Amino acid sequence: MSPIPQNLFGIHTQALDLWQRRADVLANNLANADTPGYLARDIDFRKALSAAGGSGDGSLPLQAPTAGQIGNGPNAGPGQAALEYRVPTQPSMDGNTVDAQVEQSDFAANTVHYQASLSFITAQIHMLRTAITGGQS
Amino acid sequence: MSLYSIFNVAGSGMAAQSLRLNTVASNLANAESVSGTPEGAYRAREPLFAAVQSQQAGGGSADASQGVQVLGVTESQAAIPQRYEPGNPLANADGYVYASNVNPVDELVNMISASRAYQNNVEVMNSAKQLMLKTLTLGQ
Repeated sequence: MSPIPQNLFGIHTQALDLWQRRADVLANNLANADTPGYLARDIDFRKALSAAGGSGDGSLPLQAPTAGQIGNGPNAGPGQAALEYRVPTQPSMDGNTVDAQVEQSDFAANTVHYQASLSFITAQIHMLRTAITGGQS
Repeated sequence: MSLYSIFNVAGSGMAAQSLRLNTVASNLANAESVSGTPEGAYRAREPLFAAVQSQQAGGGSADASQGVQVLGVTESQAAIPQRYEPGNPLANADGYVYASNVNPVDELVNMISASRAYQNNVEVMNSAKQLMLKTLTLGQ
């Protein structure tokens, strides 16, 4: 009988972390839509997730960012995903690079992705529950 | 948990935009105010926004900001128009009154921009709330 694997929910816990962080960054952009000189930021999701996922086969390597630290897996990668500056599509006089429409659509897409990750985790929990109860109830 | 901080961020945005709406209302209300001296004339006001930089040292210099703040309210330095109105009780010895330098078109544009930005922040907050509620019912 095989034990329950350590990474029961696969990459989705990491992804959830990342979507949350990205929602935070996009909310910041929208809040600063009228701030002079504010530069819009964003997270390159693919880069951040591949940094968290390593080989890309869904396995998660332990990370040890500082010397002498024992790798702590879950929060090492995506929590420190590098923020990048958005390339503005049209310049503005006050130096602000926030494009409200772009941020809105990105935020909406980000919300859907977050819910997708939640659904995957929920499905995994259902599967496990079915295995525990043997399909009854 | 970063979803909580979205409430702070969107809240700061809403506060800033409502203050902007407030100054617009003040400017429009005083658009026709007159005074007997150039110093006493009403000058159009505008809030000064700035991003709040995060205090957490975790992400180093690449950390995101934590919302928006209002640094202060500036007064327009545009020229004060003077009108010759000898019959006005506020007129000075030469019969001139000094009107406000509010530009109503500017103010209306500001008002639309502020209300749209406010709505954006409300939507962000609503989305974050829905996500949190869904997360709470995870696995059901």
